[in-house]
Amino acid sequence: MAQPQPIQAHALDDLRYIRDTMSRAGTGPFTAIPGWGGVLMGATALAAAFAAGPPDNSVRWIGIWFAEAFVAVVIALGGMTIKSRRAGSSLWTSSTGAPAFRFALGFVPPLVAGIVLTPVFAMLDATARLPGSWLLLYGTAAATGGAYSVRVVPVMGLSFMALGTAAFAAPAEWGHWFMAAGFGGLHIVFGFIIARNYGG
Amino acid sequence: MAKTVVSRQSAVVSRGRQSQSPVAAPAKKSPLELDRLIHERLRLGIVSALAVNERLSFNDLKDLLQTTDGNLSVHARKLEEADYIVCEKGFEGRVPRTEYHLTAAGRRALEKYLAHMEAIIKATKG
Repeated sequence: MAQPQPIQAHALDDLRYIRDTMSRAGTGPFTAIPGWGGVLMGATALAAAFAAGPPDNSVRWIGIWFAEAFVAVVIALGGMTIKSRRAGSSLWTSSTGAPAFRFALGFVPPLVAGIVLTPVFAMLDATARLPGSWLLLYGTAAATGGAYSVRVVPVMGLSFMALGTAAFAAPAEWGHWFMAAGFGGLHIVFGFIIARNYGG
Repeated sequence: MAKTVVSRQSAVVSRGRQSQSPVAAPAKKSPLELDRLIHERLRLGIVSALAVNERLSFNDLKDLLQTTDGNLSVHARKLEEADYIVCEKGFEGRVPRTEYHLTAAGRRALEKYLAHMEAIIKATKG
């Protein structure tokens, strides 16, 4: 005779089924954007801006920001994994996997464009203009990927884009201030909003 | 443009069977009692799918929930009888089309059910 299913297991199974059905129904948003992870990314970006200083045409300046980008990716992936686990699912299962995939489809291409353009700017001795292009492209990534996430994410993307545009208009030697305001300040502000309103 | 006719048949049926109908059940339930109507797996699937889509056709639901015509009809009818979903029948060109959408009562029922499941998980964890 089959053993009765414990009530907690049944409830978890029901919640998984509901999430799965909503996700397959095609419009479930990607909700595992890590708010506190964003705050942490903002804090490391402020440290990077302090360490790098004003943009010059040195490999050191680009290297510091690439290292910061790597740290930010690790924090973001870790934060997403923790947040989706806390919600009783996994980033890689069908319940959150499909929205995560759609989010990535929108988010990653502008970042790839940024990676491709960086050596081009460096070769043209235009490193001082990288802050504007990085902020603009990261903002584009958040705005397009954010179309498949909670509403605050595309708003964050548009804020980054506005800041990137302003950075192009401002003197090049202010670049580190724009980097600090964007990757530091905007991440902290929006990370806090996401953490408070969207479950951590 | 598809012509639509809202099916009122279910409402008539449910009034006729008030003593046994699931329509009467939600009003009498205590807040802690499980909503048996959407506890059933396929009905839970219908309500969940409609919660994230303004409307879905019979065929969309059938494909999504991987069920048969008969099974989906029976369970959708029970949800209609409880006023959790509304069925609209019409034509797209010359092809008949049946669409469903969730009512406010259906959305409330799903939200209550989700809260109930989360409460069970919290209670058994703590």
